[in-house]
Amino acid sequence: MSTASTAFPRRSKRINITFWLGLVLVGGISLAGILSLFWTPYALSDMAGGRLEAPNASHWAGTDRLGRDMFTQLMIGARIALIVGCGAVGIGAAIGVTTGLLAAFATRFLDDALAAFMDILIAFPTLLVAMLVVAAREESSLGTAILALGIGVSPIIARITRILTKQVLGQDYIIAARVSGTSWGAIVFWHILPNIVPFLAVNLALQFGLAVMAEASLSYLGLGAPPPNASWGHMLHEAQGTVYTAPWGAILPGLALFALVIGINLLADGLRDRFDPSRRDM
Amino acid sequence: MADLLTVSGLSLKTADKLLVEDLSFSIGQGERFGLIGESGSGKSLTSFAILGLLPASIRPTGSITLGGEQIVGASERRLSSLRGDAVACVFQEPLTALDPLMPLGRQIAGPVRRRLKREGIDSSRAAVKREVRVLMEQVRLPDPQRLFDAYPHEVSGGQRQRVAIAMALACQPRLLIADEPTTALDVTTQAEIVQLINALVADLGISLLFISHDLAVVGQVAERVMVMRNGRPVEIGTAQQVLTKPHDDYTRNLVAAARRFDAALEGGA
Repeated sequence: MSTASTAFPRRSKRINITFWLGLVLVGGISLAGILSLFWTPYALSDMAGGRLEAPNASHWAGTDRLGRDMFTQLMIGARIALIVGCGAVGIGAAIGVTTGLLAAFATRFLDDALAAFMDILIAFPTLLVAMLVVAAREESSLGTAILALGIGVSPIIARITRILTKQVLGQDYIIAARVSGTSWGAIVFWHILPNIVPFLAVNLALQFGLAVMAEASLSYLGLGAPPPNASWGHMLHEAQGTVYTAPWGAILPGLALFALVIGINLLADGLRDRFDPSRRDM
Repeated sequence: MADLLTVSGLSLKTADKLLVEDLSFSIGQGERFGLIGESGSGKSLTSFAILGLLPASIRPTGSITLGGEQIVGASERRLSSLRGDAVACVFQEPLTALDPLMPLGRQIAGPVRRRLKREGIDSSRAAVKREVRVLMEQVRLPDPQRLFDAYPHEVSGGQRQRVAIAMALACQPRLLIADEPTTALDVTTQAEIVQLINALVADLGISLLFISHDLAVVGQVAERVMVMRNGRPVEIGTAQQVLTKPHDDYTRNLVAAARRFDAALEGGA
């Protein structure tokens, strides 16, 4: 490993910058989100300031048209974005990984059927699937949004799991494990999952970014968490009418969204390079 | 004594192609048997058939009995227990035969734990670890302390193959199948691994099916050999007879080619 880092100093430096920048962005937003559970500058519904104040010493991100503190809303928005991202990816992974593994092990006919089904679902935009689920539940809540987005991202996860599993299944060490009498359950748990997780994790991080974006879109359309929940998408929606007179109301939640999605992608990139020691060694 | 492995009239075919045709041979208890053939001659497929690991698209006909049990047409469950118990396998490429993300000690521990459980002996963590240590010494792995926690990419090719052999021996098989175990190794390491396999097979009194295209290597290992070509048996006999006084034209060509190659090497040196 030391030879690799001396031979390619430039490359390892780039990996570090990518990784650390991603970590700082995601870490900062996560801290703000967690902190909002215990402390925010003002209460969410506290109309403490004047209408549409620009950022100043007492309102760090200004106020909205009801005089509520925007920084407070941004912090709570961070929390909602993280909950939605983790929840949606969690549900998506639970459905997707199970389906993907099933497809990889299934008979040819079932595998083809599942693969075709996944392709059809993937062809549907995630947001559209999510909107359908929300419409079917007939009420918009944070839970519905998370479930909807989880279902929306699951086919992509399923497809990747299927391909990765098939790759691993063709390796000699799986045959060696079968020769030594290992059960399929043990093979999946001890050999297949550990070997697909590094690649899967990178993809899950990308899906996290996608889910956060989609939640903002749902909220913007009024299909996400209902008010007074301060989702970033909801903030964007609120700021729509005053975007010329008070642009920071739209710019700040937009920037926060951008930072989280970019951060998670950079983190995923950095993680992929770290997770893959064998490729760097050879 | 009854033969441990008997293959009779074995044919392997896909929907439109005959891959192996009418193969018959047997391996006695403690016997070392060599299977020789160029790539594509069906020798690895034969070993897969014995392990019951043929892909679904290839259909075996004929009979393979291992320790009195029929393998052709046996259920996956039956095969799975046979594999852990009666037969084990060492592959050609030790790097891909080991899980890249699992420490070597744990890879050997898997089959050890299953065997201890099956035999109803103490299978606690300490007992398994002790057994793994014994195996690592048996295959002469240096510095077992360090190698126990090392990953496959951190050790040499020869050491990886020793780990693979330790894994195969962990279930105390009665038949060891070695599918070109030395092909991916350099010549010095090759000789060491061949010596190791010979010594282990003799010490443990197990049977060996050694598959290779390398006549010199097979000559060092096997007592009896069979030559295959295009999925058909060409010649079968004692290693001495086949490798020095071959009857068949194809075998004669093989032996002559190997001789010429050796002569060229010595002449060039």
